[in-house]
Parts: sequence; structure tokens; C-alpha cells
Amino acid sequence: MEQVVQQVIGGLATGAIYACIALAIVMIYQAIDHLNFAQGEMAMFSTYIAWQLMEWGMPYWFAFFLTVAISFVLGYAIERIVFKPVHNASVLSHVVIFIALFAIINSMAGFIWEFTIKPFPTPFGTKSVLGDGLLSAHGAGMIAVTGIMLALLYLFFRFTRVGLAMRAAAANPDSARLVGIRVGFMNAVGWGMAAAIGAVAGIMIAPVVFLEPNMMVTILLYGFAGAVVGGLTSPGGAVFGGFAVGVVENLASFVPHFGAEMKLTIALALIILVLTLKPNGLFGRRIVSRV
Amino acid sequence: MTAPLLSAKNLRAFYGPTQILFDLNFDMHEGGITTLLGANGAGKTTTLRALSGMVKTGGEIRFEGKVISNKDTADIVRLGVAHVPEGRGTFVRQTVEENLQLGGITQPAGQISADMERVFAYFPRLKERFRQQAGTLSGGEQQMLAIGRALMLRPKIMLLDEPSFGLAPLIVQEMFSILRTLNEKEKVSMFLVEQNASLALDLADHAYLLETGRVVMSGPAKELSQDESIRRAYLGY
Repeated sequence: MEQVVQQVIGGLATGAIYACIALAIVMIYQAIDHLNFAQGEMAMFSTYIAWQLMEWGMPYWFAFFLTVAISFVLGYAIERIVFKPVHNASVLSHVVIFIALFAIINSMAGFIWEFTIKPFPTPFGTKSVLGDGLLSAHGAGMIAVTGIMLALLYLFFRFTRVGLAMRAAAANPDSARLVGIRVGFMNAVGWGMAAAIGAVAGIMIAPVVFLEPNMMVTILLYGFAGAVVGGLTSPGGAVFGGFAVGVVENLASFVPHFGAEMKLTIALALIILVLTLKPNGLFGRRIVSRV
Repeated sequence: MTAPLLSAKNLRAFYGPTQILFDLNFDMHEGGITTLLGANGAGKTTTLRALSGMVKTGGEIRFEGKVISNKDTADIVRLGVAHVPEGRGTFVRQTVEENLQLGGITQPAGQISADMERVFAYFPRLKERFRQQAGTLSGGEQQMLAIGRALMLRPKIMLLDEPSFGLAPLIVQEMFSILRTLNEKEKVSMFLVEQNASLALDLADHAYLLETGRVVMSGPAKELSQDESIRRAYLGY
């Protein structure tokens, strides 16, 4: 029993990262109705920026916040430069652009920083804080940092006028325009925030998976799983889904014989299970469109 | 005679390659209520959408003397043009309070609560429903909310798209008397699109009749309501 509790807590640490990626995916999905395949690569690139800033001698937390800010600007710019001109284009065009972004960002990171694996520092240390090597100080820090960020985001969307305007622009763009909201600008801000959230996720997970251009590929898959489980229309659901996937993945290693090797399979089976029973995810809303 | 508040010159509108409006010309004056009558598919809604920049247009639209054709919808709204759209445009997942806040989202934060009280003076029902999700309101309440949301903008003109649509006759009466009060007390000019011609001619001071995208008749509302052909085709007696 004690072991189960420990595995759950361990799962929450990685789940926090999945939750961030899932949330970033949902934010962009809400704005443009498409899944951003490049979300993980954007997070990876941000992590490299943080690494570079620290290489240049900046203290950890200074580099952290500067990277988050830079990522916001880059995310904003990607929407304005790449997606604004094609916002009426077909789904396939968007998919192609996402794949192109994925490839471009991935190889750019490799070109600038090389494909060799780099260690990434943690400000929390690696001592065990729980059990015996189960939850490291870094794992606890990961939960704390993402928890604080998610709480701030909740407060922002729930209690500020800009947050309200962003929710309105995502839910009902036509009506939003009619009250004077600049919907395109709000979408770009959404992209900026998604990139910033991804940056936090990337910086937090880098000490665990090490820094290299493909570091986010599996994490993105888990993030997708979390977003789909929670429902692509529900930011809160995506966060829940991310944590759930993290915990399920950790518990899966308990299954005798194949558990540890089949972690990813089990997470993906979870998506199929949820989609079969609840096609809109656990917290998703059915989209009914009138014709 | 002062310059018109809102005017259209040779206004054309298109959905893709299909032309919907053909060289409309109209003026409306500050403080007035103008109505646009016409059957289904005549282009009434499209005219409103053209005015607030939601469809591709040709020709020229001026508001307070400045050309607004082909400006962004949000920028037109910020000039004080409140469009209450067909279907009411309710933010269904948000509460009544949030809907009203959104109506005033372009206004200074300091005036929001006072403006909300002003809306509640006209629509006390909205105050009772304050924390309720707007999608759960009845049709009449949602129409009140739509007009309340428009008021939060402190508009110079309201573009109203079929405010009587789908409402019980008693509610319609109430709605139109509130619109008259808003026009008189708040000095809001109105551009009203209606299928219910007798109601609209009663409220308005000037009227235009639209048929398949063209203005076929215009004049003071009183005169049009006396007109033989209008009476037969639109008033039904």
C-alpha cells in the first residue's frame, strides 16, 4: 500500500509536466481549433534558450523568468507571422504548417546547440525528500512550480478582464468582435502564453530527461494523452488529464512482467478507453454546430 | 440639417462570389430610429453585418463623417456602434455578470459597476439572474441580456437584428417600450431590422423597404405605414 502511495506521488511529479503541455495544447486548440504538434519542440527550444542564458553566466531563476518572457514573445510572433495569414486555410494546411514548424524548430536547435545530450541544472537539488529515492527534491520542486503556475493562470482567466476577454474570444469569436475584442490579437496572446507554459514545462523536466533536441517527443505524446483524456475544450480537464496520465503511467510499472516496458502503451490505451466511453473527454463539452 | 450619424453610399455586400446587396443608399440622423423592412432573404441581416464590418463590402459607409467601410469589426464597435446580432450572440458558458462585463470590456474599468446598475434599472430580471450561466436563460431574458450587453458599451447607435424574434407577444411589447425609453432617455440612435413591420413602423421615425438586396421604397415611418402596397404585403390588412 505504501508503495502505491509513493508511486502516485512520483506520478504527480511527471504528471505536472504532462499537465503543462496538455494545457498549452488546449489553449492553442481553443484559439484555432487545431492540435499544435510543434508544442513540444517549442518547449524544447525554450529549454535550450534557458541553458544558453545560464551558460552565459546568468543565475538560474533570472534565466528561468527571462526564458519564459522570451518564449512568450516567440509564441506570439509565430502566430502573427505564420498562422495569421492562413487562418482561413483548410485543416490540412494547418497540419502541414505544424509539421514544418516541428521539423524547423527541431533541426534549428540541433544546428545551434548540436545534437549531443547535455545535462541541465536543477535549483532544488537531487536529494530524496520522500521514501527512499522515490520523490527527489527536484520532483517536489516540479510539482510546486507547476502548481503555482497553474494557480496563477486560473486566477488570471477567472478574475482579470484580459482573461475574460481571452475566454470570450476563444468560445465565441463573432460575439467577441461585437463587443470590441480584437480576437486575432487575443489568439496571438494565447500562443504566447502556451509557449511560456511550455517553457516552464521544458525547464522543469530537462534535469530528468536531459537536454537534447528530441527530449520532448515522448512527453508531447503524454501531453496529448492528458489533453484528450480531460477533453480538448476544457483547460481544467487538460490539467487533470495530465496528472492522471502521469499517475497511471507510474502505477503501470507495477504490472508484473511487462509493466515498465509498456508504460507508453498503457498511457495510449487510456486515450482509446476514454474516447470510446466519452468521446469528448472526461470534462469536454460536446460541440454542436448549427447548419 | 446636420450631417447624418450613419450613412451608406452605393453599399454592396458579398458572400464569396454572390452579391447580396446592390447599391444601397441610406442616411440616419442622430437620435433617430430607422427601420429596415423586408421579407426573408431580402438582405436585412447582411446590411447590419456590412455596417459592422462582418462581410466583404463595396461602396462607402460613414459614421460620424468618417469612413468605416472595411475597418475591423472590433474597431467599428469601439467607435460606439453596438450590434445586437441575429441569435443574440450570448456568451452561453459565461454568467450574466460576465456577459455584461464583456459588453463593457472596451470601457474604463471604473464605470462598469455603475453601468451595470443602469442596465438593471431597465432589466431588473437580469439582476435576479446575475450569477446564472447565460445559456440557461429563457429567450426573452437572453434578448434582454443582449441589449444590456450593448448598453454597457455606452453606444451612440445600436444595430438591432430582429429583437422580437422568437419572443412571446407580451415580452415583445415590453421590449419595444424599453427600446423607446432607451432612445429617449439615453439618446441612443437605433437602426432596427424587423420582420414584424407594424411594430417596427410604430417605433421608428424613418423606414426603408428592402427587396432582394435593393431599397425599393423609403420615407417617414408614418407615411410608409399608410402606403397601400406596404399595408397589403407587410402589415396584412
